[in-house]
Amino acid sequence: MTIDWSWIGDHTDDLTTLTISHLQAALTAVFLGLLISLPLAVVAHRIRPLRGFLLGASNVLFTIPSIAIFVLLLPVSGLTRTTTVTGLTVYTLVVLLRNTVEGLDSVPVKVKEAAKAMGTRPLRTLLTVEIPLALPVIMAGVRIATVMSISLVSVATYIGDGGLGQLFTDGFQRNFPTPVIAGVVLTLLLAVVADAALVALQYVLTPWKRRRA
Amino acid sequence: MIQFDAVHKRFPNGTTAVHDLSLRMPEGGITVLVGSSGCGKTTTLRMINRMVEPTSGTIRVGGKDVTRQDAAELRRSIGYVIQQAGLFPHRTVLDNIATVPLLLGWNRRKARARAAELLETVGLAADAGKRYPHQLSGGQQQRVGVARALAADPPVLLMDEPFGAVDPVVRTQLQDELLRLQKELSKTIVFVTHDVDEAVRLGDRIAIFRTGGHLVQCAPPAELLARPADDFVADFLGAERGLKLLSLKTLADVPQGPAPEGGTWTLVRDAQGKPLHWASKDAELPVRPLRDSDSLLSALNESVASPTGLVARVDGDGVLTGVSSRDDIHQHAGRAHTEARVAA
Repeated sequence: MTIDWSWIGDHTDDLTTLTISHLQAALTAVFLGLLISLPLAVVAHRIRPLRGFLLGASNVLFTIPSIAIFVLLLPVSGLTRTTTVTGLTVYTLVVLLRNTVEGLDSVPVKVKEAAKAMGTRPLRTLLTVEIPLALPVIMAGVRIATVMSISLVSVATYIGDGGLGQLFTDGFQRNFPTPVIAGVVLTLLLAVVADAALVALQYVLTPWKRRRA
Repeated sequence: MIQFDAVHKRFPNGTTAVHDLSLRMPEGGITVLVGSSGCGKTTTLRMINRMVEPTSGTIRVGGKDVTRQDAAELRRSIGYVIQQAGLFPHRTVLDNIATVPLLLGWNRRKARARAAELLETVGLAADAGKRYPHQLSGGQQQRVGVARALAADPPVLLMDEPFGAVDPVVRTQLQDELLRLQKELSKTIVFVTHDVDEAVRLGDRIAIFRTGGHLVQCAPPAELLARPADDFVADFLGAERGLKLLSLKTLADVPQGPAPEGGTWTLVRDAQGKPLHWASKDAELPVRPLRDSDSLLSALNESVASPTGLVARVDGDGVLTGVSSRDDIHQHAGRAHTEARVAA
């Protein structure tokens, strides 16, 4: 299997466009997943009877095969980016919801009690005490969800989207390995870079975790 | 002043935590709530800032019914110190201390300046302010907890077993610091502990609770030790309550005479007149000189330990002023007891 370097040279613009489009789909999904998970996680954390239901529901969604999700969404949003992002978002929920709930659970009761006893109201406690302290566990979920989404975007090639995934179909159809290899390498690179960026972000967001005495 | 009137607390599971409690906690004094676990002392404390709501009865702080005030605002006006400090692990020491001022809407600069000032008040170095709680020792964390409670200068301070998790040496230091601070600040302090010695040491008044949330007796420590209301209180205070009473009396009134010369044992002093040790022909024993402010209990202890039965007395600079005999100390100890027991 040889790489046709001249093909890569001729297609740098296309590769850049596909990479950006790929990353956009994945990040939008993770972002939307977080927006949905946070309030749901707060509900699941505070109202015990709902926790099993919400976590169970997110598990069930996760068991739907990815292609099936896109197919199911076709009548609603057609062959569009919206379908891609919606499908991916559904998948991020299971990780993000579970990790956010676990993160909130991990906040020591003593600390929450102290916040209350100092006269902090519940919303402020959530935003300034609970979420910051849950952040390491939430970020672990965000990292998994991000890497997972980056790898899943390619599946959306079946509905005409798919970012770098388009390189795979292109390569297979023409029995020409170079685009396939380029697609795999770029996807991997994206995942590694995104993960490293998230590690850096977490470092910046949790200064109290840095300096161990 | 904090006033409880006919306060009941029954939890949803049916247990009565506090039973018909009427109690006044005087302004500017330390009221210690003691009792074994499950006696309702912590529940009583937590009802003051509405961390627990009473089932019936009224609680007034400074004349105002606590249940008629906004809970969050009430809590900001009452300092609260809990066991193991309960500090915010994600905030620096300075920001921990500034919590309540920030909630009250102070600007960050003013809140931080106030926090820095408090670091010094509670005996912490200025550079501790930039650290995170996990970088401090247990005793230091507890000091931060006290500073945080004092930040907005509340008139009332609630302390829930604040020194329960530190070792005895640090504990004694923290108790000393609290007494020193209290002398300056005169807060109305409610202090929960299960340690009788701590209660006797800190309390202006001690309220003893029995399981089931009954208040058995509330009195100044000397009165409690001398005249326990019933067997429960007597047992709770322990078999050495007579000695504990002596820990509240000072040695100031015990007469002293000149140090003996030429006996078997002589009290060796340095050039400034500070006692060094007891010496005989062939032995040396340590001496622990006492000041007027030391307790009769320490004097009794020292008179037993001293080879001559004499206790070396020193002034503020540690210079020998004279010695007191075992008999004189004993006599005063007995008198202190009699006085405490017959006092009306």
